[in-house]
Amino acid sequence: MNVTANPSTMAGSTVETEEIKVSIRNLYKIFGDDPASVLDRVKDGMPKAELLEKHNHVLGLKDINIDMPAKRLQVIMGLSGSGKSTLIRHINRLIDPTAGEILIDGEDVLSFDKKQLLEFRRHKASMVFQKFGLLPHRTVEENVAYGLTIQGISRKEATEKGHYWIERVGLSGFEARYPGQLSGGMQQRVGLARALATDAEILLMDEAFSALDPLIRTDMQNILLDLQEELHKTIIFITHDLDEALKIADNIAILRDGEVVQQGDPQEVIMNPADEYVTDFVADINRGRHVRLRSVMDREALPSGPVLPGSTPLEESLKPLSDAPDNVLSVVNRKGERIGAVSLKTVIDAMGAGQGIGQGADGTQNRYR
Amino acid sequence: MEFLTEFPTMGRTDLRDLKKAIDAGFREFSRSYGEGLEDFFHPLLKFMVWFEKLLVNTPWPIVLLVISALVWLGSRSWKMVTGTLACFLVIGYLDMWEDTMATLAIVSVATLLCVAVGLPIGILMARSNRAQTIITPILDVMQTIPSFVYLIPVVMLLGIGKVPGLIAVCIYAIPPMVRLTNLGIRLVDREVLEAATAFGADYRQKLFGVQIPLALPNIFAGVNQTIMMALSMVVIASMIGVAGLGVPVLRAVSNQYLALGLMNGLAIVALAIIFDRVSQTFGRRLQAHRNEGAGE
Repeated sequence: MNVTANPSTMAGSTVETEEIKVSIRNLYKIFGDDPASVLDRVKDGMPKAELLEKHNHVLGLKDINIDMPAKRLQVIMGLSGSGKSTLIRHINRLIDPTAGEILIDGEDVLSFDKKQLLEFRRHKASMVFQKFGLLPHRTVEENVAYGLTIQGISRKEATEKGHYWIERVGLSGFEARYPGQLSGGMQQRVGLARALATDAEILLMDEAFSALDPLIRTDMQNILLDLQEELHKTIIFITHDLDEALKIADNIAILRDGEVVQQGDPQEVIMNPADEYVTDFVADINRGRHVRLRSVMDREALPSGPVLPGSTPLEESLKPLSDAPDNVLSVVNRKGERIGAVSLKTVIDAMGAGQGIGQGADGTQNRYR
Repeated sequence: MEFLTEFPTMGRTDLRDLKKAIDAGFREFSRSYGEGLEDFFHPLLKFMVWFEKLLVNTPWPIVLLVISALVWLGSRSWKMVTGTLACFLVIGYLDMWEDTMATLAIVSVATLLCVAVGLPIGILMARSNRAQTIITPILDVMQTIPSFVYLIPVVMLLGIGKVPGLIAVCIYAIPPMVRLTNLGIRLVDREVLEAATAFGADYRQKLFGVQIPLALPNIFAGVNQTIMMALSMVVIASMIGVAGLGVPVLRAVSNQYLALGLMNGLAIVALAIIFDRVSQTFGRRLQAHRNEGAGE
């Protein structure tokens, strides 16, 4: 497995305070004829079902507070109907909230007038869609250059820039094809190239890979991670697939019925699910692949001898551990400092999923990778 | 009992007075505004006269050449060009050339007018639900009301001639253009439109870059229908003084000339088929991405 492709290992020793790029504050969204009239009731805690029955309004999002650090990959996860697609559309105001604030670089997006909003969409945030959203009557080349032509850039320059991104996503030779002539995976590469071509700092991805079959999805995830390693965009990625979330996320927020039930470091979500909903979610994942050594190690013991990085997934530590004397190894952080120890038994127990591993996970919210 | 068997009416004198009042009111209206309206439509009349004269006075081989070229540009099919040529040669040989040119002129102008007026109305309808609820019943009336009924006020206002004929044709032929433009724009994939919005496209960029191009198949179906309906109005338009193939048909009906009616009727059919096939293939060719669609 290609460990370096994972951004969580690329994050490095960033213990310094992170710059917040997108900050969502007390966001509410209610759908219906007169959302403002029922806002106070929702704030007082009226449940979704009662709101629908008594007032005929649908609660979309309730008191969302998320800080998304710059240059990181923030995943927002939830099942269908949890409000995740509604939430991402608030960031570039494809949907306007009922109440709340959306701060980007400290500026409230909701205060933008029409012109500022167009500028914001053209230059600061681009988007990738679940069903691609490509223009069927334009070629791959024209689709990739779409955002640039909207900006008013000359056709020649737009095409030139577009070609660079077509090459980056591996679609050279398909410039003159129409989207309808491409497979789903290739169409989404066009969607990705189109979004990247505008040089926007924020990349919104709404279930971008969900419509693709598993092998192609893995492929696209790797392309995204490779690009991110170099581009360092602030990516907000919506998905309903926890495996996908854990593979790519720097941070995760889990939504349920329009509320955030847990957010933070992916490792923390696996090791300390906040409630039954998250526990159910986490139950089926491949722990050997997604849990890292630092989440299960014993912090008290600091033996000498061979070492492994704390970011190593459990399944990759099995071989070194079985080769090690006494089947025990030290765990080091990025700076090479010893921060704990693991034994083969701990790792196997942890991979066996189930209960009990939560104990070893105390304090994992600190970042020491 | 009489109440049940005889429907209670408003009374003969009252009814007569009502009708008289309406007639008088409209006559008054046409007296004060008729001239102004005629002036308003004068440029249209001049254009029509000029176009008809152009078609009739140009030597027939040149007209044939131009028509063939247009058919080729529209359809890129030699079969279509040959068929068209054959039709026009037969029409000319049977001495219907001048009438055919006159019909061609009014149908072309009517279609242009319908597209120029119908397209913006269709866009407006697609943009606002309120516009749609107001315009839809008007279109229903325009399509279903017997043409003779609206010929009366048109003739009262503008008299007999080309312009009232053109207006009568347009009233009948414009609804499909409006309806199908509206439908086409409303059917544009929401996700594609959302993508355009997300990339910061403004209203114009969305309309001309996404909505109209994607609505083209439907818009072209509308143009096609408009042409067909304009052609079918040719005979009725001839009743109020529009020259063309309708005039001999009308004469044939009133005098029971079978051959005359049949020949001119078939000439209208030939025109209709040519217009239909060429506009359809042209519409399809504009949609290159649909034809080649493979590899789903």
